Amino acid sequence: MTRTKATIYGWLLLLPAFVLLVSFTHWPALATIHASFFTTPKGTRPAIYVGLENYEAMFDDPVFWQAVTNNLIYALGTIPVSVALAMLMAIWVNEKLAGQSWLRLAYFTPTVLPMIAVANIWLFFYTPDYGLIDQIAHAFGFGATNWLGNPDTVLYCLMVMTVWKEAGFFMIFYLAALQQLSPNLAEAAAIEGCGRWTFFRRVTLPLLMPTTLFVLVNAVIGAFRLVDHVIALTGGGPNNASQLLLSYIYDIAFRYWDTAYAATLTVVLLAALSGLALFQFLVLEKRIHYR
Amino acid sequence: MIAARGIPRTLETTGAWVLAAVWIAPLVYCIWAAFHPPEFASRFALDAPLTLANFHKAWDAAPFARYFLNTFALVSLVLAGQIVLVTLAAYAFARFEFVGRDVAFALVLVQLMIMPDVLLVENYLTMSSLGLVDTILAMALPYMASAFGIFLLRQTFKSMPKELDDAARVEGAGILTVLWRVYIPLARPTYIAFALVSVSYHWNNFLWPLIVTNSVGTRPVTVGLRVFAAIEQGVDWSTITAATLMSCAPLLVAFLLFQRQFIQSFMRAGIR
Amino acid sequence: MNPLRRTLLAGAVALAAGLGAGDALAQQTKLTFYFPVAVGGPVTKLIDTLAADFEKENPGIKVQPVYTGSYQDTIAKTLTALKSNEAPNFAILLSTDMFTLIDEDAIIPIDSMLKTEADKKWLGGFYKAFMENSQSGGKTWGIPFQRSTIVLYYNKDLFKEAGLDPEKTPKTWAELSDYAKKLTKRDASGNVTQWGIQIPSSGFPYWLFQALTTQNDVRLMNDAGNKVFFNDPRVVEALQYWIDLVNKDKAHPPGIVEWGTTPRDFFERKVAMMWTTTGNLTNVRDNAKFPFGVAMLPGKKHPGSPTGGGNFYIFKKSSPAEREAAMKFIRFATTPERAAQWGMDTGYVAVRPDAFETPRMKEYVAKFPPAAVARDQLKYAWAEFSTHDNQRVTKALNDGLQAALTGAKSAKAAMDEAQREATRLLRPYQH
Repeated sequence: MTRTKATIYGWLLLLPAFVLLVSFTHWPALATIHASFFTTPKGTRPAIYVGLENYEAMFDDPVFWQAVTNNLIYALGTIPVSVALAMLMAIWVNEKLAGQSWLRLAYFTPTVLPMIAVANIWLFFYTPDYGLIDQIAHAFGFGATNWLGNPDTVLYCLMVMTVWKEAGFFMIFYLAALQQLSPNLAEAAAIEGCGRWTFFRRVTLPLLMPTTLFVLVNAVIGAFRLVDHVIALTGGGPNNASQLLLSYIYDIAFRYWDTAYAATLTVVLLAALSGLALFQFLVLEKRIHYR
Repeated sequence: MIAARGIPRTLETTGAWVLAAVWIAPLVYCIWAAFHPPEFASRFALDAPLTLANFHKAWDAAPFARYFLNTFALVSLVLAGQIVLVTLAAYAFARFEFVGRDVAFALVLVQLMIMPDVLLVENYLTMSSLGLVDTILAMALPYMASAFGIFLLRQTFKSMPKELDDAARVEGAGILTVLWRVYIPLARPTYIAFALVSVSYHWNNFLWPLIVTNSVGTRPVTVGLRVFAAIEQGVDWSTITAATLMSCAPLLVAFLLFQRQFIQSFMRAGIR
Repeated sequence: MNPLRRTLLAGAVALAAGLGAGDALAQQTKLTFYFPVAVGGPVTKLIDTLAADFEKENPGIKVQPVYTGSYQDTIAKTLTALKSNEAPNFAILLSTDMFTLIDEDAIIPIDSMLKTEADKKWLGGFYKAFMENSQSGGKTWGIPFQRSTIVLYYNKDLFKEAGLDPEKTPKTWAELSDYAKKLTKRDASGNVTQWGIQIPSSGFPYWLFQALTTQNDVRLMNDAGNKVFFNDPRVVEALQYWIDLVNKDKAHPPGIVEWGTTPRDFFERKVAMMWTTTGNLTNVRDNAKFPFGVAMLPGKKHPGSPTGGGNFYIFKKSSPAEREAAMKFIRFATTPERAAQWGMDTGYVAVRPDAFETPRMKEYVAKFPPAAVARDQLKYAWAEFSTHDNQRVTKALNDGLQAALTGAKSAKAAMDEAQREATRLLRPYQH
């Protein structure tokens, strides 16, 4: 196929998706960037061009910096754990351990439970004294802990919820990928007396790489965008100890109605994420072996 | 995979079960609290009486029957739209060396990161100028060109043997025929995984539907669920869990009924 | 029939007559009406019934109530709709949203809709404490509908166990600390098994804190909503009292106390006294498996509590006919009988004194005396904290409170910083 022909076909195939992407993502995103250079219009006062003032305000905003720090901890804590657990779960489910279908159902639950409701269930787990975690702690002789009401623990509590949600979700993709691997490989390896760990490292892991890239990109994005539970459970509190970038943007946009400042923060978040995703994509893509 | 044997296997089975217990705990708690009177919501006594009162209370708080119908229409519409759009786009990215491909792909990736929730106000303006506010289509449109789906399917298409494609072309099959005959059937597990994710995501989506719909005739079930969340008088776990179970029951039942089919279709595709 | 009611009725008749002409012109007026649900119970059904009853009496008007989630969701949806010119005709929103709505130029003053003496009398018939949050700059912007205050709930059994008279509740801060200490229990290893008192501090700690400042006779903001007094020594003193309940008296749980689980803590006998909204009355009545009491909050200089809850607002984009119709609905919903009914159905405080004079309400209060506590406390109640750029200023206060309660800052330092931030935020509203 000539390049011209390929270009025509390529763009024709892309067209329907692109119309929607442009109207509901790119165009509004550009409008957001535009809005970040203006003040927030309020009632009779129209928006005024202020150049980079919103960005200057952002650099002076201590809550912004706290949200950035929290979000980095949150990302570094949740991404590796959820990806590793997802792979482990998929391997276990794929391996036909006893009670396999129950395992599958268990790992799958985070995907079916709506986050709005789940937040309330986890609230019960974290409730001091008679909550599930403290009931278990009591059995081992520990006292009550105010998990969500303490600035030192609250972020980790939310991270546990994120890992729970994300690992169950990513497992599906690893499972789909594992099911596509040829069983002949394992048989051949077994005949050659290849160890389980060696087989995993030398065969399974490389073959799962395309899926891992996909999962990783999603995990990074998820670490910056999964904030439903923050909004529903802690509202970023106590005193911003669990504030993340997107939950802060949500507050500014839909509680304070400072759309211009929200747009400014959104632009920063987008820039950071696009950078990260493109980096991952460009670097990892080169090293992935597609069949 | 090479299966473990003997002691390692026992260890692994135990590990798998412990992890599973943690993962299913919210669902188990949900069932416990929903079927017992409120005073047992935080007390796990074996002799606790069973009751359906929580379900009655939840059901009466909102027109759930109609909400279910709306949710069903919504997820079907989204999924149908996504599958068509995503397939075409992923095919283009995976198999055509066209001018501007990398730029186009980067533009798609952008959508992975921009949560439609962040663009609520702008998108609402668009819907309102199209006259689509308070329709099921309005809830579905921003999600149809799923970057997530394009990315996922592109990955799958790329890992398929190019020879199959070439062979079909030699036989004189057109571009769409190759897609239909070769790619789509082979990508079945991915479609199933994607459908699973898409359906459960949109079944549980909340903020955008809340903003863009007004009437009982269009609202999905999560908006109904919201009646129980964030209320002034504190959490009522019994009613919340009953409502949660109701709203996710169709998904759970579907998963239980079809999980064999899911897995089999993964398998069939796997053995090829 | 008492004179007040007679004038009200007369007023209603006059209004109906006055509007008669307008009705004929506006054949079918269609109204969109946003409402949140913030308490349990079948609120959506109650609102639908209210709308249906109204339509029966007013064949020319159609009311479409739109359930819009929590208060937070409702203001989000309203302002989003406003930006694309699809605002509702009228809505129930928090009384504290008033300045936000004024700044967005979204609502009209209710005064402009009042024409006759009877109309004015109707407006004068609401509790003063509720009107404080509904007026600014000499104008009335909202009509109280579902309103609440904070009261003290206590477990009578635990009072008896601690050797306290279950009919006598703490009247001063000193008594409150004393009671709370007596009501706190520890096991052999020193772990607390029962707390004396709990004042929730998650989500909107400023509201509960305002009870303490009101009791210490200090206002947190001015009427114009453009100045705050967070670092007034009496405010700091109020905060220090709260912290002392935790650190000195060791009778209040440390850290941030979750609002949502506080009633449950009470049911589980983990706490003997709690401060929470009157909106919880029905919930506590249904779920407390022990005799409980409801009392006014104690006082320092005098008893006190902020009010809370939602008002009706009429939106500017409505046509004159729609405004008239919305006004009609609001008056319909706030007649003494309906205000009383709404209070009994939902647990909110009926917004007008004459509602408590209706036979059904009298009967209800006689059977369930706690329902009257909130009413009696209203004479000590002040407006809920609200300023321009309300959410942000409130957030500055909330952050300061949480920082002090978690021990990150001293009460004084936390309030100084909150004051600085709030002053900065309010600078554009000084003129």
